[in-house]
Amino acid sequence: MNEINWILALFRIVGVLVMISAAVCACWFLSGRQPPKHLSGGFGWLLLIVLWGLGGYALTSRYALGLGAVTNLSDQFPWGIWKALVLCGIAFAAGGFLTACMVYIFRIRTFYPILRPVVLAAYLSYMLSASGALLVDLGRYHQIWRPIFYWQHHSVLFEVSWCVMLYTGVLSVEFAPILLDRFGWTRTSHFVHAITVPFVICGVVLSTLHQSSLGSLFLIVPNKLLPLWYTPLLPILFFISALISGFAMAIFVSALTFWIFHQPLEPRVLASLAKGMTPLLLLYLFLRVADLTARNAWVYMFLYPVQGVSFTVEMLLLLLPLFVVLKTQWSGRRRWAFAAAIPVVVGVILNRLNVAWIGLLPLTGSHYFPSWIEITVVLNLASFGVVIFGLAARYLPLFEHPNISGHRPVDATGGVRVIVPLKASGHV
Amino acid sequence: MISRRKFFQVGATGALAALGVKELLAEPEVDPTGGAGVLVDLTRCIGCRACENACRVRAGFGGLPTAAIGYGAGEGKLSFRSRTFIDFRDGGTKPNQPVKRQCMHCLEPACVSVCPVAALEKTAAGPVVYHENICIGCRYCILACPFSVPKYEWDNALMPRVGKCDFCADRQAKDQSPACVAACPTGALKFGKRGGLLQEAKARLDSQPNRYTSIYGEDIVGGTSWIYLSDIVPEELGFPRGLPKEPLPALTWRAISKLPFVVIGVGLALSAVFRWRTRNGTEQP
Repeated sequence: MNEINWILALFRIVGVLVMISAAVCACWFLSGRQPPKHLSGGFGWLLLIVLWGLGGYALTSRYALGLGAVTNLSDQFPWGIWKALVLCGIAFAAGGFLTACMVYIFRIRTFYPILRPVVLAAYLSYMLSASGALLVDLGRYHQIWRPIFYWQHHSVLFEVSWCVMLYTGVLSVEFAPILLDRFGWTRTSHFVHAITVPFVICGVVLSTLHQSSLGSLFLIVPNKLLPLWYTPLLPILFFISALISGFAMAIFVSALTFWIFHQPLEPRVLASLAKGMTPLLLLYLFLRVADLTARNAWVYMFLYPVQGVSFTVEMLLLLLPLFVVLKTQWSGRRRWAFAAAIPVVVGVILNRLNVAWIGLLPLTGSHYFPSWIEITVVLNLASFGVVIFGLAARYLPLFEHPNISGHRPVDATGGVRVIVPLKASGHV
Repeated sequence: MISRRKFFQVGATGALAALGVKELLAEPEVDPTGGAGVLVDLTRCIGCRACENACRVRAGFGGLPTAAIGYGAGEGKLSFRSRTFIDFRDGGTKPNQPVKRQCMHCLEPACVSVCPVAALEKTAAGPVVYHENICIGCRYCILACPFSVPKYEWDNALMPRVGKCDFCADRQAKDQSPACVAACPTGALKFGKRGGLLQEAKARLDSQPNRYTSIYGEDIVGGTSWIYLSDIVPEELGFPRGLPKEPLPALTWRAISKLPFVVIGVGLALSAVFRWRTRNGTEQP
């Protein structure tokens, strides 16, 4: 027994050290291969080192000891925040398929400049939440490939796992030009460009399927999920809220990255996104209210106070931005469009948490709250995304306008210019 | 004259049939009377825990501790190692009523329908069985089961398993009754064909209205292979409230079965938009 404890301790130390070194490397490259210049920069380094160090401990513990020892999951409450993270991350990633659709299919020039940052954010959010979170959450994470060979088409989860696999491939094709441009591989770039449009169409189809199917996952628990959230409309509501989340995420990501990395961004980009979000928000709120009224479910707000508060906050977060986006003189301004997007992103995430966690508590009689290890792993996965995005923004041509039409690239102002591979321009 | 909509409907249906999708879309066929079943007559149960002991021995987890008379208490709940147990219900009209708990072996099990890799299977013989070497550990079955039966081996770090009553499928294959039924000293458990057992339950209910008042398992979530006959209302026996009579997989299937049309619809619509936006070989403003 003593030896096992020693092995576990060694395993944990190695894990923590590896993660701390990774954090130092990440910070080093993020700050342009130099030590932090300011106090705030130093604080950022410290934060990431502590977070990833704890993450090393958390991950090694999870793989060494199993789910029971490190999570607060139980037979009453088998799905925790790691599963909820899958729902949240995939909803957040909806901006990717939405922007790709608007750029490649609808050919809306306004959105050309934000395509690359949004697709990359979606790619990372998708990989880390769908594949990353599942690799820690699945009891037999090493069997994650099984749905490829063992088919069960009556299962929503089977369909979701296939959508995840295929859509990861689609996102790779959508992301590939960024890498190919960076290394100046023109011939491969032309090939990828030739197959992009069918892939984007597949991507939208797959997203429609599995954004709605994440809602269908919970159709099977009519006696466990509180009627505030359980409705036969779950798949439709999940799809519409994913679209809303997609618009909000596109605003959020593009505004934030263009500000942080000092890139010019036209105000009408955010304004158009906010305009696209408005009818969907109205439709979604109308469906929710009509559905709750038709099923006489409002009373559960008062029967279960915690869930009632959570439900109210969720609805308010989706309601308040309407006042901004409905007023054109406000939504036309970047600051206000950004301010409207944040509560929407948070609201949709809260909706997923309510369905997968808070709304399941009372009727299953459980008191699940994630353990510190569960929370640390979630924060780690999120920080992986932020760090990789930051590195990509620094070292990849993220703010070049993509070559959509196959002719010469056009920038947002309508002027024609030629993309020079970064290597040639001596930018890096 | 054939309308445009009709034309597309016929076309889409024909295309699907040609692809063999129609077969995939058919509702799963279930024989409503066939398969093994057990009739649990709670008025005959004395709460001796002989079934619980036999189950643990057969599953290889060791028998129950002995008490002054009979068997002592086990875990007192379903768990990975405790696949059946005697639940003593307090607070009802009949205090201390023993109720045997185990997998109900639904005719259309939610756990089987949600498993993404078909690790759970409703066999033609009746039992819902778990193939542990296929399982990926997603725990959807644990969430989906309306009776909260499947339990998890939480302390296994590498190959955790789902634990649930398998109706002694191996014993049934050898024409033996399940271990719990074989151990029952009072005849509270009767093993047989579900259809016959249901008829017998109804006959007992009709002939002895003073002794029995309710049957549970006939039509709840589409019917279960285990049927409870008792003198107490099912809610007081601790069965979950708010379950529909409809099989739960139907709730999901209503959504899944529409997906092929979503694929075709969205795909065609987007292709059309793309053609329109890039017509004449040039980009439209």
